[in-house]
Amino acid sequence: MHPAASVILFTTASGIGYGILALAPLLVTYGVLPDDNRWLGASLMLPALALVTIGLLSSTFHLGHPERAWRAISQWKSSWLSREGVMAIISYVPALTYSYAWVVLGSVDGPWVWAGFATALTALATLFTTGMIYRSLKPIPAWATNWTVASYLSLGLLTGLAVLVSVSTGFGLHPIRFQTLAVILVLAAAIAKNRYWARLHKAWEQHAQNTGAALASPGNTVRSVEWPHTEANYVLKEMGYRVARKHADSLRAVARNLLLVVPAAVLCVMPSILPLPYLIWMIFPGTLLTLAGVAIERWLFFAEAKHVVTLYYGVE
Amino acid sequence: MTCLPEKTTRKLGLVIDLDTCVGCQACVTNCKEWNTGGHMAPLTDTNPYGAGADGVWFNRVHSYEVTTPEGNSQSLHFPRSCLHCEDAACVTVCPTGASYKRISDGIVLVDEDKCIGCKLCSWACPYGAREYDVFEGVMKKCTLCVDRIYNENLDEEDRVPACVLTCPTGARHYGDLGDPQSDVSRLVRKRNGQDLMPEMGYRPTNKYLPQREKIANTATGQTTALAPLEDTSGASGLLGWVDRMLEQMD
Amino acid sequence: MPLRDPKENDGLNTSPPVADEVKTTTCYMCAGRCGIRVFLKGGQIRYIQGNRDHPVNKGVLCGKGAAGIMNHCSPARLRKPLKRVGPRGSGEFEEIEWDEALSTATTWLDDIRTTDPKKLAFFTGRDQSQSLTGWWAKQFGTPNYAAHGGLCSVNMAAGGLYSIGGSFWEFGEPDWDHTRLFLMFGVAEDHDSNPIKIGLGKLKERGAKVISFNPARTGYAAISDEWVGIRPGTDGLLVLALVHELLRAGKVDLDYLLQFTNSSWLVQQAPGSEKDGLFLRDTDGKPLVWDRNSGSAVPQKQPGAKAALSGTYSVFGTPVIPVFQLIADRYTDEAYAPDTVAEQCGVSAETIKRLAAEIADAAFNHPVTLPIAWTDTDGKRHETMVGRPVSMHAMRGISAHSNGFQTCRSLHLLQMLIGAVDTPGSFRYKPPYPKPVPPGPKAAGQTSAPETPLDGMPLGFPTGPDDLLLEDDGTPRRIDKAFTWENPMSAHGAMHRVIANAAAGDPYPIDTLFMFMANMAWNSSMDIQGTIDALTATNTDTGEYCIPHIIYSDAYASETIAYADLILPDTTYLERWDCISLLDRPISNAEGAGDAIRQPIVEPDRDVRPFQTVLLDLGARLRLPGFVNEDGSAKFPGGYPDYIVNHERGPGIGPLAGWRGENGAGQGKGSVNADQLERYIENGCFWHCDMPVEARYFKMGNKAYLDWAVGMGFIRSADAIIMQLYSEPVQKFRNAARGIGKKQPPEHLRKRVEQACDPLPSWYPTFEDSATDPEDFPLHALTQRPMHHYHSWGSQNAWLRQITAQNRLFVHHATAAKYGIADNDWVWVESRNGRVKGQVKLIDGVNPNTVWTWNAIGKRGGSWGLEKDSPEVKKGFLLNHIIPDKLDDGSLSNSDPITGQAAWFDLRVRISKAEPDEQGETEPMFESTADLPGATPNSTRLDYGRVFETKEPVE
Ligand SMILES: Nc1nc2c(c(=O)[nH]1)N[C@H]1C(S)=C(S)[C@@H](COP(=O)(O)OP(=O)(O)OC[C@H]3O[C@@H](n4cnc5c(=O)[nH]c(N)nc54)[C@H](O)[C@@H]3O)O[C@H]1N2
Ligand SMILES: Nc1nc2c(c(=O)[nH]1)N[C@H]1C(S)=C(S)[C@@H](COP(=O)(O)OP(=O)(O)OC[C@H]3O[C@@H](n4cnc5c(=O)[nH]c(N)nc54)[C@H](O)[C@@H]3O)O[C@H]1N2
Ligand code: SF4
Ligand code: SF4
Ligand code: SF4
Ligand code: SF4
Ligand code: SF4
Ligand SMILES: [Mo]
Repeated sequence: MHPAASVILFTTASGIGYGILALAPLLVTYGVLPDDNRWLGASLMLPALALVTIGLLSSTFHLGHPERAWRAISQWKSSWLSREGVMAIISYVPALTYSYAWVVLGSVDGPWVWAGFATALTALATLFTTGMIYRSLKPIPAWATNWTVASYLSLGLLTGLAVLVSVSTGFGLHPIRFQTLAVILVLAAAIAKNRYWARLHKAWEQHAQNTGAALASPGNTVRSVEWPHTEANYVLKEMGYRVARKHADSLRAVARNLLLVVPAAVLCVMPSILPLPYLIWMIFPGTLLTLAGVAIERWLFFAEAKHVVTLYYGVE
Repeated sequence: MTCLPEKTTRKLGLVIDLDTCVGCQACVTNCKEWNTGGHMAPLTDTNPYGAGADGVWFNRVHSYEVTTPEGNSQSLHFPRSCLHCEDAACVTVCPTGASYKRISDGIVLVDEDKCIGCKLCSWACPYGAREYDVFEGVMKKCTLCVDRIYNENLDEEDRVPACVLTCPTGARHYGDLGDPQSDVSRLVRKRNGQDLMPEMGYRPTNKYLPQREKIANTATGQTTALAPLEDTSGASGLLGWVDRMLEQMD
Repeated sequence: MPLRDPKENDGLNTSPPVADEVKTTTCYMCAGRCGIRVFLKGGQIRYIQGNRDHPVNKGVLCGKGAAGIMNHCSPARLRKPLKRVGPRGSGEFEEIEWDEALSTATTWLDDIRTTDPKKLAFFTGRDQSQSLTGWWAKQFGTPNYAAHGGLCSVNMAAGGLYSIGGSFWEFGEPDWDHTRLFLMFGVAEDHDSNPIKIGLGKLKERGAKVISFNPARTGYAAISDEWVGIRPGTDGLLVLALVHELLRAGKVDLDYLLQFTNSSWLVQQAPGSEKDGLFLRDTDGKPLVWDRNSGSAVPQKQPGAKAALSGTYSVFGTPVIPVFQLIADRYTDEAYAPDTVAEQCGVSAETIKRLAAEIADAAFNHPVTLPIAWTDTDGKRHETMVGRPVSMHAMRGISAHSNGFQTCRSLHLLQMLIGAVDTPGSFRYKPPYPKPVPPGPKAAGQTSAPETPLDGMPLGFPTGPDDLLLEDDGTPRRIDKAFTWENPMSAHGAMHRVIANAAAGDPYPIDTLFMFMANMAWNSSMDIQGTIDALTATNTDTGEYCIPHIIYSDAYASETIAYADLILPDTTYLERWDCISLLDRPISNAEGAGDAIRQPIVEPDRDVRPFQTVLLDLGARLRLPGFVNEDGSAKFPGGYPDYIVNHERGPGIGPLAGWRGENGAGQGKGSVNADQLERYIENGCFWHCDMPVEARYFKMGNKAYLDWAVGMGFIRSADAIIMQLYSEPVQKFRNAARGIGKKQPPEHLRKRVEQACDPLPSWYPTFEDSATDPEDFPLHALTQRPMHHYHSWGSQNAWLRQITAQNRLFVHHATAAKYGIADNDWVWVESRNGRVKGQVKLIDGVNPNTVWTWNAIGKRGGSWGLEKDSPEVKKGFLLNHIIPDKLDDGSLSNSDPITGQAAWFDLRVRISKAEPDEQGETEPMFESTADLPGATPNSTRLDYGRVFETKEPVE
């Protein structure tokens, strides 16, 4: 699949945003984050809202008809894309409410806690629907797995946490307090992504095996001799993107290191061994590297995923 | 609209005979010329006279070489267009309802006025049947010539899809695949019509007739050489025979 | 039953208006002549549909036909007459007015006509008005006229016309409804494009068996039941091996042979004498047969006589042998045994034997009987028509070889032996064929003089050395050396030789080369660089161009434009009148005769004129007889439509055969009808007249047919047409080569003429095969026509070029492996004429000794309205660059030695992988030519049809 920059930007940015939205209220409620610092609230909630908004806008302006984007929430009964739109919009309500309480009122106590839960829940649900958009596309066997959803959820939360830790470290909070959560999320992301990658080629080969069935001649093997067009067309440009396996493998190693090893190091290990002033110098760049890692991972998510239509073009 | 109808009154679709298709591209260009002025007009082209020429088409013909399990190689031409699937995920993924399947005839269409150009439906189609119009910013696809098949401004016999009307070898058939008594349904039964990529579970309406067994011999099953005439007399066998035959004819 | 709008309530109008007006005309996206209905809305073309009533296409259209809109609005269309201002080849032109263009042409031409008319060489290409252009040349007085048949398929035409009085190509067709076994030799597409496809569809439906003999397995071969991947140039041998098998098994139709062929004619055996190898004839010139009853030679079919087919007899001391005996002797020889030929043909002996058995089985065990009573030319009544359901079709895979004439004749021999010409289930003639063998007049041009028309049409059918067009000293009289010892039976002329000969002044210099509709500086030439050199060659003394004037009429910016001095821009096919005449290449089918017209569908939006009208205008300006009235005024002031209606070639015979006579009731012959074109338009722009049912088979010997054909004016007499297994005209050329007669070939050609001119169908290896060392050039290289492109003119079509904008070299996997070539590599294809670079695609479905590519996709920068970095320019390639124009000896043309047909497919090559830094672009890549005046930059967006948008919902 063609790795369009706008989609990579959208999924990366909104992933971080929803990650923060899902985690911050819960961490506050369970006392991991202080609830009395509106500046901290502002520094977490506003960037989170900005990121999800940038993500949404970027995907909207990527549409052929952005002015009609409102229509996209109408088909929530069947379409995961529509559901995502709906969730994204709904999630603003608790998120803004909670932010209002935290930043403006300076208090998230009492009934505001419920707004916090709602924020977390809708953020998670939005991440889930994003994952489901891809998961539900059978013609792209790489994506048609629950590990796709698990990846979106865990990576959203992990990147959200990385930013959240950076910000709170800036407020002088020692990151050791997030250690357990970090360990859980790194493990979850590691499992999801590794399982996703582990089945990627097999999932494709299952489909590619019986190329004959693509041509109504089951059992036969087919080789493309001529395409219907000698230059690339929409289908090929959109769905026929090919990245050399060798490249993909090395990029995958980079993504793995940035996305899993770096947070494991800076979020899980270093807090136990480094004092805060030094940690700050590790956590900021570590977060940036993690975000770079997720961008690469998103690029690979598209670039490595083959669409079955390519069978018609003889792309093995 | 985006939900699929549980059942459609008719299942209009195409039956394409891969045993007869010579890959002439007639259905391809006829589809283009009809539809570029039809329901989805225009089927825009990009860089029409330069490098990277590209455009919106609803029907494309590939050529392949097929190897049978026994190792025989044969050539195959394969027209590819929308199959008007019953479980058309291109419809269910559509966030706007622009993509829909008609209840009356099962035709899968895009309502251009609603389409936001998110392209998701094209990702959801295993067959590459949807093409995006970069200039118009909307998705386009085969309409099963919905503006021909009911069109009272056309002669009755012309109320068939353009690609079917033009196919010089008669490899394309159109009709109601929901009616077991229709010509197309009979043809599908007789020729063991196939679904494309049935494992995708889209339950395509269009069917493809696989290549037939090659006709090995005209009739008698005799595949051996002709027996030469008996050599009679001094003349060669042939001339002796000729003489006998001429005598008989007299 | 058509469906009613189901009222889906999705706001869709299922009955949008389609057209304000539907006009019929004839397609010209190729020379296939299908009927079309053009839907016009708001004055623009909404849709082109096949005309269901039309006898050629019956409603269907091919891939090109449906893309006609895009040719019609192509940016490559010429806009105005052009005068060259830069050097030839630069493409620098200035727009001029028609008056200036026509007076310039008139000045040049008038000069020639009043001094030496043969200094005009007038050659037309993909033309459908040869009866006009040929007549124009005749009235001008130049013998130097031909259309492009000599480079196209004269082997096919001549091979057929000298054997069966008809031909494959589009002049005959298989009996699609009854054939049981269909054999197709070397056909990718042909001009019978839609009829063949419709027919194949029928065969598939009926379960008839289709066998394709073709080195490449594409298109028709792809759907055939059996693909015989024969080695190029060896079909003749294979076919004669089939003949060998059939003869040895006695699987021949003696009745048929006796009745319809010259099998019983007596051939005189008199080596060294003038009559050697000629038929024994009576004093009236009637050929004689041996009557077994009386033991004497009598005319064929003399009542009571019983013709012998075998034996040797003696008449006045000369031994005479029936043709059939000669055939038996020749082909039962082991030289033609399957085991002998198998390796050479690349087809196993078992396969050849089995194929012969299948042919015999279908022909003799499954005859087709139609309940149609008919009377033969002997007056004998038959209650039924019984036929041999084996049909054949062949085209350029057979004819574009230097042994093509004889191979084609071999095919006809096979057909005749099994009784499969024009019988139920077999190949059938389309009227005006069959014609007497050989047909029609001989080529005129024995003399030419200032201001004097020729004494006949410039092309024709020679029957012996006397008909050659040679000066007394043996110099060719024609610029293309047609009808000379180099190619004595060059019935269609030799367009492919004109430019080189004219530049070399061989046999003489000319003044003006006038061409119409032929892209000779590109895809219709062998050795493109050589052709370009000839077009631009200058005289070393004077510095003038060796061809002083070149006038060219094209409708589009083809590669050849750049080489002309004066361009006469033509209209597109939807903007003009045209005439598809029985005098030319008609649209008959086996059941009836037909012709057609084109009518203007839209007015040109440019300053262009229909070429035929321009030609009539030039004829009038030059005061050519027939083109002016006695007072000197133009005879056809109304241009081509005026001519179509009012011109009479002979009494009652004009360009169109339908609705003749004052009241329009005449068919075939009749006086001029002023309303004729109206009547054509009312009928869908074509005329078709079915022949009586009893006339539809055995036409060569069917009284009802022959009478009907005489009535229509197709043939002069209703005598039986006897098909020629043994060709006497060919033997006459052989005799001359053996030193007999006044006119003899020059020494260097003697052996070649003697060998090639075999009166019985024969096979010899192609010239290239026998001259090349297989170690040096191990592979054959071919082209095929893509079904969706027409020669060079498809690439300007925005839709067609999206399908194919680059051609690949198709190579067998095993062959590629041998040369270390991988899929998608760029390779050099090298012949003794040079090398060309292209990208490969590996396949299975090709003879391993053969590589091939699609024809005419490669383009020169600056032409066809394409941008200069288009794939056609950068990646597309033509084999023409490396097809030698001359034989190895450097003097003789690379052509069939009998007919002069260009031997495109004799090409031998080697291939090698291009260096890493040579990948990605083709070579040779000629410098781009300049943009024509008025050319506007192409837009990046084309949205044809937007104006027809009909989204307004139902009320
Ligand atoms: N390698 C290789 N070369 C071949 C062949 C092959 O098989 N292989 N085939 C050969 C054969 S059989 C043929 S017939 C030739 C064909 O070769 P050409 O006769 O050169 O055919 P086209 O390329 O169609 O060129 C015809 C010209 O007519 C122009 N034209 C089109 N429509 C009109 C019109 O309405 N009016 C006028 N005035 N001009 C028009 C086109 O623009 C074009 O320039 O190619 C030959 N060349
Ligand atoms: N679409 C389209 N239609 C056309 C044309 C076009 O350009 N495009 N051109 C028109 C013209 S001008 C002509 S002359 C006709 C020609 O019509 P075809 O004769 O069908 O033309 P080609 O494509 O040259 O086909 C030659 C075939 O012969 C095969 N062949 C080559 N050598 C041999 C051999 O030695 N033996 C055998 N058995 N096969 C061999 C080639 O593989 C190829 O399939 O088509 C006409 N129709
Ligand atoms: S073929 Fe593709 S576009 Fe057509 S209905 Fe099926 S899934 Fe949808
Ligand atoms: S591109 Fe248009 S039709 Fe397709 S899913 Fe998006 S909105 Fe629906
Ligand atoms: S049914 Fe109509 S729209 Fe669909 S492929 Fe055929 S011609 Fe094109
Ligand atoms: S028109 Fe018919 S024969 Fe030609 S490519 Fe289409 S389906 Fe095949
Ligand atoms: S074969 Fe095609 S291009 Fe040629 S005349 Fe017929 S429809 Fe037109
Ligand atoms: Mo030709």
